Amino acid sequence: MSAAPEITYRDACREAIRDAMKRDERVFLMGEDVGHYGGCYAVSKGLLDEFGPERIRDTPLSESGFTGMGIGAAMNGMRPIVEIMTVNFALLALDQIVNNAATIRHMSGNQFGVPLVIRMATGAGKQLAAQHSHSLEGWFAHVPGLKVLTPATLEDARGMLWTALEDPDPVLIFEHVMLYNMAGTLAADAGAVPIGKAAIRRPGKHVSLITYGGSLPKVMKAAEELAGQGIDAEVIDLRTLRPLDDETICGSVARTRRAVIVDEGWRSGSIAAEISARIMEQAFWNLDAPVGRVCSAEVPIPYPHHLEEAALPQVPEIVAAAKKVVG
Amino acid sequence: MSVPKLLLTRDTLLGLLRQMTRVRRFEEKCAELYQAEKIRGFLHLAVGEEAICTAIMAALTPEDAVVATYREHGHALVRGVPARDIMAEMYGKAEGCSRGRGGSMHLFSAAHRFYGGYAIVGGGLPLAAGLALADRMQGQKRVTVCFFGEGAAAEGEFHETMNLSALWKLPVLFVCENNLYAMGTRLDLSESETDIHAKAQAYRMPSESIDGMDVVAVDAAANRAIAAIRDGAGPHFLECRTYRFRAHSMFDPQLYRSKEEVEEWKERDPIPRLGNWMRQAGMLHDRDVEKIEADAKIEIDDAIAFAETGKCEPVAELTRHVYAETAS
Repeated sequence: MSAAPEITYRDACREAIRDAMKRDERVFLMGEDVGHYGGCYAVSKGLLDEFGPERIRDTPLSESGFTGMGIGAAMNGMRPIVEIMTVNFALLALDQIVNNAATIRHMSGNQFGVPLVIRMATGAGKQLAAQHSHSLEGWFAHVPGLKVLTPATLEDARGMLWTALEDPDPVLIFEHVMLYNMAGTLAADAGAVPIGKAAIRRPGKHVSLITYGGSLPKVMKAAEELAGQGIDAEVIDLRTLRPLDDETICGSVARTRRAVIVDEGWRSGSIAAEISARIMEQAFWNLDAPVGRVCSAEVPIPYPHHLEEAALPQVPEIVAAAKKVVG
Repeated sequence: MSVPKLLLTRDTLLGLLRQMTRVRRFEEKCAELYQAEKIRGFLHLAVGEEAICTAIMAALTPEDAVVATYREHGHALVRGVPARDIMAEMYGKAEGCSRGRGGSMHLFSAAHRFYGGYAIVGGGLPLAAGLALADRMQGQKRVTVCFFGEGAAAEGEFHETMNLSALWKLPVLFVCENNLYAMGTRLDLSESETDIHAKAQAYRMPSESIDGMDVVAVDAAANRAIAAIRDGAGPHFLECRTYRFRAHSMFDPQLYRSKEEVEEWKERDPIPRLGNWMRQAGMLHDRDVEKIEADAKIEIDDAIAFAETGKCEPVAELTRHVYAETAS
């Protein structure tokens, strides 16, 4: 039996799109530089040649315009994938995402739905400074009517798009920029994965480290270091920020009795705050220590490498936070 | 009134007059019901602007799609959404065309391909272009009509949609209902170029401005534009110059315009304008008008009775339909 070839997270995202395009003729990809340029992060490289300009659509720099068109096309029989270059640019499309995509099913009394998938890059680490590096997925997770996915593994990058495209409602997929080069192998028959369910990436007894997206590799590394110091950490990959999987989160906390949430978003009003509140509401009596959080510093992400690194959750901080709650 | 006489029969003209009158009477009744606190929230009336929705809808087939704004009672009515369902919606009743959840600003009807009233100015335009894109990609001959006011021309979404629709030659008709005021801000206080139809031309879109108080002129332009769009000529733009006789909403003391200006525009009221012309041409008689008015009254009284006896959606259903309910 030959070993599966090594691929990257980027390749897995691309394979997911290729597969969707081949499987369903209603699927098309639309966004800035997805065609001739090959995608800002090279996710869609080669797809224009393979599927042609009708289905791989380069758009002008009109985030609200083409996102709204994705909504209309989804309401009228298509299954669009809209790519927004980064989450910072998605702010230009907030009207369409929040006022239209998220509201139409409820506001129309269930007459219309928006089976739209919006993919975008998120997060820091590439020295792109304060207008290309933020992690705003937690904001979107605030909004009823949306689903928010944060694939952190090759399997999820490959499989979540499939599930998202089958969903009758708008789904946002956040791809962390530092994951695109992550390499690994994927089973030949890798396919759809369920969404709405968190995963235990490392079972442990002493503390639950709860995270998602680009922070997962850091948290796994922190768990290894903790193991060397006699602390057996459980790592929860949320995978989906809306809906949150309370059962897996609180089930883990009930076993370990301690929790640290690691979130690249800013601490104030963050998804980490929401998770912490849910643990208080649902698992308070299981806790042996206050919930800890490791979030980004409350600054616009700066350009220089050392400051950017200092602004983001890092392994030593995660280790320290875990040790603090373990006591 | 410039009437292509050979094309417009008495029946057609009578139909236009009937629809405009129906919409007018419906909206006048809505204002009363608002005062009586039966209708709440915002209520935006389009009294004076009825010629536009009336003529445009007459040019559509049932397969075409409509995207409208928060000032859309007439659009829904003429499109065929039953007056009962619209009135029940305004009452917030479960029998309403949006289950009572949208109210005056958010009328929806899948059965009529009425894709909704949108209350963020400019927000419906990209969505309409998307409906048209889907039609084109699926080889459908359908047309999407998108209504908006001249205030939308100041929004980025307007320009993004003009560019994308023209670039991709989408089968969409943009209908600008230019009533000269964005809420209370007069056009020349908000636009460096007040000729809205020229903005569409700048995107190389066939575009014309017409008298929106002349239902026959709107009808002729709509038929030309829609025929061209159906033939694959890409998007078209109609700027219909019109005026709302009443306030922006029910909370507007109209400090921004003079009574004289309103009265001047009322001289051009599209309903008497068509009626008088038809009378002069011997095509309209008192009994026709009596019939139209009587029918409108019956329909509206029936709609009110329906809304009054409608049920409130149980609070237990509040969170239903945020997401689809999967059958399996």
